[in-house]
Amino acid sequence: MKWTVILAVLCGAIAVVIASRSPEKTPSLILCNTCPPGFELMADNTCKLRTPYQQYESQDGNDPGVGGLKTALPLVRDGFTPQQIDLGRYLFFDPALSKDGTVSCASCHQPAKGFSDGLKTSVGVQNTSLKRSAPSLWNVAFYKKFFWDARATSLEAQMTGPLYAENEMGTTREKLLETINGIDSYRELFRQAFPSKTTSVVELNDIYTAIAAFESSLISLNSRYDQYAHGYADALNKKEIEGLNIFRSFVARCAECHTPPLFTNQQVAVIGLGEPDGLPLDPGAQETFQDASLRGAFKVPSLRNIERTAPYTHAGKFSSLREMIAFYSAGRGHDVPKNEKLHIHWHIWEPQLTAYEMDRLVDFLKTLTDESFTPPVPQTLPSGMRTEQSTQQPRLSINH
Amino acid sequence: MYRALFAAAVFAIGIYCGKLFFRQGSDVPAPAPAYFSQSAAQGDSVGIGAGTITGKTIDVKPGQSIQEAVGEAAPGDLIRIYPGVYNETVYIDKDNISLQGVIINGEWPTLDGKKTMNDAILYSGNSTLIENIKITNYKGNAIMGQAGNNYVIRNNWIIDTGVYGIFPQFGKNGIVERNILTGIEDAAIYIGMCDNVDVRFNEVFGNVAGIEIENSRHALVEYNYAHDNTGGILAFLTPGLPIKTCYDVIIRNNYIYNNNTTNFGAVGSTVSHIPPGTGILVMAADDITIENNIVTGNDNAGITITDYGYAGVDHATDPESEPNSDRITLLDNVMSNNGNNPTADVKTIMLTKLSKLGPDIIAVGGGVGSCILNPNRYRTFGVDAYATCQSVDTRAVKTYLLDKPVMPRTTAMIEKGKMTYYGVCSGCHSYSARLVGPPVNIIQALYKNNPNGIAEFIANPVHKRDDYPEMPPQNYLSEETRKAVAEYMLSITK
Repeated sequence: MKWTVILAVLCGAIAVVIASRSPEKTPSLILCNTCPPGFELMADNTCKLRTPYQQYESQDGNDPGVGGLKTALPLVRDGFTPQQIDLGRYLFFDPALSKDGTVSCASCHQPAKGFSDGLKTSVGVQNTSLKRSAPSLWNVAFYKKFFWDARATSLEAQMTGPLYAENEMGTTREKLLETINGIDSYRELFRQAFPSKTTSVVELNDIYTAIAAFESSLISLNSRYDQYAHGYADALNKKEIEGLNIFRSFVARCAECHTPPLFTNQQVAVIGLGEPDGLPLDPGAQETFQDASLRGAFKVPSLRNIERTAPYTHAGKFSSLREMIAFYSAGRGHDVPKNEKLHIHWHIWEPQLTAYEMDRLVDFLKTLTDESFTPPVPQTLPSGMRTEQSTQQPRLSINH
Repeated sequence: MYRALFAAAVFAIGIYCGKLFFRQGSDVPAPAPAYFSQSAAQGDSVGIGAGTITGKTIDVKPGQSIQEAVGEAAPGDLIRIYPGVYNETVYIDKDNISLQGVIINGEWPTLDGKKTMNDAILYSGNSTLIENIKITNYKGNAIMGQAGNNYVIRNNWIIDTGVYGIFPQFGKNGIVERNILTGIEDAAIYIGMCDNVDVRFNEVFGNVAGIEIENSRHALVEYNYAHDNTGGILAFLTPGLPIKTCYDVIIRNNYIYNNNTTNFGAVGSTVSHIPPGTGILVMAADDITIENNIVTGNDNAGITITDYGYAGVDHATDPESEPNSDRITLLDNVMSNNGNNPTADVKTIMLTKLSKLGPDIIAVGGGVGSCILNPNRYRTFGVDAYATCQSVDTRAVKTYLLDKPVMPRTTAMIEKGKMTYYGVCSGCHSYSARLVGPPVNIIQALYKNNPNGIAEFIANPVHKRDDYPEMPPQNYLSEETRKAVAEYMLSITK
């Protein structure tokens, strides 16, 4: 019993190294046997999400995830085991997954920066500058589309993008398998995470499952906004409530696409944004759907933890929330390059927000911050490599 | 026919009374006071639940704030607003609140946004009732709901409130009735992404769109008077929204007269493309029944059925939205004097038909499974492929309201405790490990059989242990929730 307690104590914080009896054997790691915060451990050793939003689910109720305060969430991707989630955490932070051991998933999706990277556009292997900014990963368990241009429909499909893109992590399927299978600790951890497998060889799908399991555990649904939504009127101050009312009014229309509770309706939309620095227009979802009317369309990003993920837009055009809001207020199509005709979304118009209203919107957006379930960065990695971020652990925001 | 005559008489009375009450020479009639809050026809409040007063009554008088009353109100309370002018935005984020205007000698309580405020009333709570209020001079909406179910919006008098007048969005099971709306630059009554709604006995005029049913399912639109708008009554499936269907809409027994007003919609809005002279417009919606309406004097076309490729609407396409109007059922309607001044597009079609007048009914674009009764009674373009309808009327459908109110899932206390434990507490407490706060098994030992002790502590924590940080108060959880989570915390074993 005492032993269990110790394991659990260290679970998730530091990889537990058990000195093996035979000195020549590599020290092995034990994966966490409890679920991350927000999840209940079920009898079949899977983790199921539990959130107060589930009390609004109803057989004959509204479609989930399309707005309002006390409304249900879209279907969640859960049911992974604690071991798969914990293994995914190691993989996520491990630069061994890249071509040259320099870039991990966490290089662009840093917990301390809202699971983005603070850059206008991200940087891949060999310091290659990339085309778009890194989207936050909070609440991806609820998403049906991934990437700014919505070209993937599952986390597993999404991760094959950065893993194998030459300028991102730059590895190949063969090299990735070779790397992981070449590390004894990983083979042991995969054995723990996938105990029913008959082969001891790690396969690509196991890697994808583990990383998807970890990403699905990143839940942010207990911000001060949520406390207000669940019925505690004093969770927001007067200015923040003014901001909420501007946010959901049909003048600013923010809530039409950034629909609570996720603050995205998961659609693609053309908002009429020109590129920064005179770059040519990014066609966005036009390429995904091979449809010219979607030229310049991008997935509506969630606003959860938005104050942590500046700069904003697919190319990091705006460095502050205030500038982003000013864009929406400045008039339909004002930023569209001269030679382009875009099918701009009808909600983009000229709300003519006052400076006071824009400030209140910023106040409100900052109430969407909740990082209380931030997972710990592994202190040691199965590959023996160092995480870039072991020294920049975010402070848990316990004070809501 | 009797019903139609009755409704006509009602409107006549309404306009007469409105003229009696309205002052300062405006020609906007007030809603007929014959209907205030009465439980009128059978089925009137079937399954709604809104307006059921179980609590106290709070009176709001000029100089006081309606919002303060809402803040003070508990579910089941009635807020009565006395005549006078109120300049505020009212938001209702709790369930079962009724806002009722009190009209004394023709003096209405008036919400006036002075053209500086966005919305008059925003609600997210279930079972919200809003009635007898005059609303004017807002920039966004008069009344907007977001995910509030079981709503009743009736007998309001709405004049120039910006983009929309009455706009329940994402709501299930509601009724919009006996309101009068004018001067709205998009849809006066806009049912957006809703299910199970009855829209009836309203008068809409001088708007770009009178009544719009958009991406909604199971809507009954009847006995409304839509006149002198750009377009009278619309059913749309708009692409790019999270709800991908619009179906099962009955448009019947409405008066759709002279909707020839110049389009003053905002650039870029869908309705800005509607040609003046549009009576009924169905765009990309499915399973729409149009029955026993009087459609007359609409200069472009009485009824238009179309896909997205209509009148210059330039939405980005949505791969998940089916663009055609399918299974449109055109039963008998009374149509006359439509098509006197059609658009160039319609004129082009007229040339091929050798017609000097525009159509009563025009169908363009794709679509399958549609039908029409007695097409020879009307001037029709594009319905040659329509079958003869098998049904002759929709009288079996009395209402689309549900039998009983939509209720949130009944959450047993243990469930509520569990969801709160995992959703809130587990960020800092795990069962046997130290995270930010002490492990649950240690708390269990300290508070054995004492859930109240935990419930009290989490509302007002005191710093007890030097080896842990002070816990922030969780007083945003209701007393009931704190108790439930305390009990759950004491019950878990892992």
